[in-house]
Amino acid sequence: MRGSRKDEGGSLEYWEETKLMHRLGLAARSTMMTGAATGAEEIVVNGTVAVCDPMGGLYLPESGLLVVSDLHLEKGAAFARRGMMLPPYDTIATLNILSAVITRYDPKIVVSLGDNFHDRKGSEHLPQELRSLIGAMARGRDWIWINGNHDPDGTVDLPGACTDELFYGGLVFRHEPSLISGPRGSKGEIAGHLHPAATVRRREKSVRRPCFASDGSRLLMPAFGVLAGGLDLRHQAMRGLFDHETLVAHLLGRDRIYSVRYANLIG
Amino acid sequence: MDIVETQSSGRDAALLPRPFQTWFAEKGWQPRAHQLELLSRATAGENMLLIAPTGAGKTLAGFLPSLTDLTRRGKIPPGSAFTGIHTLYVSPLKALTVDIERNLMKPVTEMGLSVTVENRTGDTPQAKRQRQRLNPPDILLTTPEQVALLLANKEAERFFKDLKYVVLDELHSLVTSKRGHLLSLDLARIRRHAPHVRTIGLSATVADPMDLQRWLVPQSQRETGRPAPPAGLVHVTGGAAPDIAIMKTDDRIPWSGHVSTYAMPEVYEEIKRHKTTLIFVNTRFQAELLFQTLWTINEDNLPIALHHGSLDAGQRRKVEAAMAANRLRAIVATSTLDMGIDWGDVDLVVHVGAPKGASRLAQRIGRSNHRMDEPSKAILVPANRFEVMECQAALDANYLGAQDTPPVGEGALDVLAQHVLGMACAEPFDPVELYDEIVSASPYANLSWEMFERIVDFVATGGYALRSYERYAKIRKTKEGRWRVSNPQVAQQYRLNLGTIVEATELNVRLVRRNANGSLGRGGPGRGGLSLGKVEEYFLEQLVQGDTFLFAGKVLRFEGIRENECLVSNAFSLDPKIPAYAGGKFPLTTYLAAQVRSMLADPDRWSVLPDQVRDWLNIQRDRSIVPKQDELLIETFPRGKRFFLIAYCFEGRLAHQTLGMLLTRRLDRIGAHPLGFVATDYSLAIWGLSDMGAMIGSGRLSLSDLFDEDMLGDDLEAWLNESYMLKRTFRNCAVISGLIERRHPGKEKTGRQVTVSTDLIYDVLRTHEPDHVLLEATRRDAASGLLDIGRLGDMLKRIRGHITHRDLDRVSPLAIPIMLEIGKEPVPGEAQDAVLQEAAEELIAEALG
Repeated sequence: MRGSRKDEGGSLEYWEETKLMHRLGLAARSTMMTGAATGAEEIVVNGTVAVCDPMGGLYLPESGLLVVSDLHLEKGAAFARRGMMLPPYDTIATLNILSAVITRYDPKIVVSLGDNFHDRKGSEHLPQELRSLIGAMARGRDWIWINGNHDPDGTVDLPGACTDELFYGGLVFRHEPSLISGPRGSKGEIAGHLHPAATVRRREKSVRRPCFASDGSRLLMPAFGVLAGGLDLRHQAMRGLFDHETLVAHLLGRDRIYSVRYANLIG
Repeated sequence: MDIVETQSSGRDAALLPRPFQTWFAEKGWQPRAHQLELLSRATAGENMLLIAPTGAGKTLAGFLPSLTDLTRRGKIPPGSAFTGIHTLYVSPLKALTVDIERNLMKPVTEMGLSVTVENRTGDTPQAKRQRQRLNPPDILLTTPEQVALLLANKEAERFFKDLKYVVLDELHSLVTSKRGHLLSLDLARIRRHAPHVRTIGLSATVADPMDLQRWLVPQSQRETGRPAPPAGLVHVTGGAAPDIAIMKTDDRIPWSGHVSTYAMPEVYEEIKRHKTTLIFVNTRFQAELLFQTLWTINEDNLPIALHHGSLDAGQRRKVEAAMAANRLRAIVATSTLDMGIDWGDVDLVVHVGAPKGASRLAQRIGRSNHRMDEPSKAILVPANRFEVMECQAALDANYLGAQDTPPVGEGALDVLAQHVLGMACAEPFDPVELYDEIVSASPYANLSWEMFERIVDFVATGGYALRSYERYAKIRKTKEGRWRVSNPQVAQQYRLNLGTIVEATELNVRLVRRNANGSLGRGGPGRGGLSLGKVEEYFLEQLVQGDTFLFAGKVLRFEGIRENECLVSNAFSLDPKIPAYAGGKFPLTTYLAAQVRSMLADPDRWSVLPDQVRDWLNIQRDRSIVPKQDELLIETFPRGKRFFLIAYCFEGRLAHQTLGMLLTRRLDRIGAHPLGFVATDYSLAIWGLSDMGAMIGSGRLSLSDLFDEDMLGDDLEAWLNESYMLKRTFRNCAVISGLIERRHPGKEKTGRQVTVSTDLIYDVLRTHEPDHVLLEATRRDAASGLLDIGRLGDMLKRIRGHITHRDLDRVSPLAIPIMLEIGKEPVPGEAQDAVLQEAAEELIAEALG
């Protein structure tokens, strides 16, 4: 309807991202998107070249490592366990996108950066056909599950290793961004947890999208799961994590990344 | 039957037990004829509907059958077996139950009746509720939500088995909403516990009393399966005719817009001339703006107050108290003050903006002079020239006693889901028995067994084709084939989520100080500032820091959002940047629309209109034509580099918006290159790059094809599937049906709560299970509500073969109002990546520059 703002939707929490429709569109189109990495954006984090992919994955060409974060698999089931029967299709949708990114980059290593499952019971109760899907994706490469706050106990009966942190190629991979600066802290850190999203506004129109956020020293990953939601980069939970002078948000567009300097975002 | 007189002849006074006769005599009163009529028929076993104007003694009439019966019964001796409630009174407003308790206790005490009366609302303390279940009062005054709670309890049968009467107040307003649907289901359940219970409906005048008369009785009786005879009708007419005028102004009446600021000097003069003036407006935004305007000219510092639903509850209570104590000279209010509460000595009602419906106008005018024999006094203040006609039409309608309340409508499916779970909480249910009970409620009389089964399945496991939640089922089938709740937490969850009113997500507005250097007040933002009330989230989402807007009578500067609060500072400006605030805007009713069309078509009736409006219509007649009553006028003309098509449908904004969406799709297909449209209550404007007038002239574009009813088929379906608007409807359905938990203000966890957005659920469902029952419920809701599809369909039928086209060389007089609306509408959410692209290009320019 003309005149109905698309922002009128019903987020249950004001900071929950509500406008992630395109991730589902992505899931639907993901089979067609496995070709060359069009629309991706190359950046440098702590001296390492990294490719931000519009599907939400980060690829490090030098080491052949692909990072995804906050898959929140089985979120629907986690709610159903508590009496809210959310649609049971989120896991398959998220895995379809993941499969497309993996096909696109054919990485040697996949790192899933925590909150891989929405709750502790998620991986244990994962239906067999979804389990096989992950098995197929992991074949022929290393897979590392970083533990998150939602799933601190690691995964059950899935390929790959579980760990709290990973140091690799001059970078550190962990779920929650460290509050300590310097090496082994924020310097060279790739983290998730906060689901960064950003809003740009031009001529009365505003668009909000999940984003990679990096000031060149550390990088925050966008949430990958289709039901994961997002938190504005200007929210106070993000305070102190970045040098705002050099912070750039790399927003996930339909087919490409849009990079916008922090000062040009609105909150 | 129609009863015109207000005093009885005393013929039926014998119906009244002795204490009542004495009481009436001592007061020097006579029972009114309609009170006795209702009493005698209800006592004889009839279900009854009483339609009467305000001040006719409706409440006493509704309770007389109960009070007399209870008087005859006498006090229950101590030590008797448990006795359940005798009478259940249900009102839509908590405040009304408190009011009624006070009004009812007066005669009860004065006559010395041994009748216990108590109310039970969300505010009733837990201990008292507990006690009420163990030792129920004779008469319980409550709300629909509380009835549902009582019925979902294991002791429901015991509590309701002795029930003789259910009195339903303000029935006309209850039945058209989802609350009414829930109440109808509850009534069906009550009848199972108390098969001989009688219903007494109290209502203001409605378009079709038979709808209500049927609503009050079971639509299929246990023994016969046939509907019970409709409730008996007592219709009190008469009362003094209201004195209504349209505000005359020396100023220019605006062409478009919805704020009648131009007339405020005149309104102010009226306030000075009267004791207490109630100023009704249609939207909060109007309320804010007019309140501010009045204060800028309030040279005498008259106590003028503001009252609308977004204000802080504390502030609202203060205003209400001041009003009741007659300390105010005027109050600017929205529909929050619409219903049945006494408002002191109001001697003038000013209605700003067109009333949009004749019934609504009558209801609001009823707020002044709460006595039946004195005329109410009201002044209408139209906001633009079309509204002048609308006000005149409403005025005629009120004199004619015409009514245009919406129809009762089909029962909503999300409400049904809630009820099914509630019934499982009460006791394990047999599906066939429950289905029979449900279809005895008139809104659900047409519910199919298949749909009922899908709802039960939805309640149990979400109703998905992928049956992966069986082990988490909320209700399960027992060996005996009954459905029972899986665990006590489910019942707990039901109680917390019960109800059909879903609040829009709102943020608290807090005033903070802004220091000279631009930083916010000391001690960190958000601390210690004054709380001003709540604003819908979607409204705030479109603001950027520094934007100014009007709220709580102040011009405020938006500073940002922190946690669940919106921080604002004083703008120290009189000129807010006023964003559209569409919340609470009513569309024009079908009835009033027809009246406006008929007035337009009949130049003889123009004589009552102000000169400016008459001249406007006369010029229209010269330049183009004025459409006949059942004719659809289409005008086309070029302006700037664009071509416009205006359709004067007069079917209300919602139906026009739907029509605009569908027509632009069709025009696009035909190759007319439409660029956009805008809709008002009266007309629809579409503009594009191709000369639509020439296309119609050459036969390339056929108007009868364009306006064919078949647009409500595939085109509608295709649009709905990509529309963002359905999401809001879906959210309500998701909450009411129990798919997601209701938010409980103040109980949210701080920090990131584990939660999920309904928009995302909607998208997942649409992608993976487009036929899901909750999407079906959403579509049905939208069709009857936001989209107004029924009305659009009626119009398309009506105008078939009656479309008149005028190709003009420039904008017509009648088109001016809508042309002025163009550009005020926000841009739709498409072309998003283009916005991103621009933002990105700015960065590139910055980098290279």
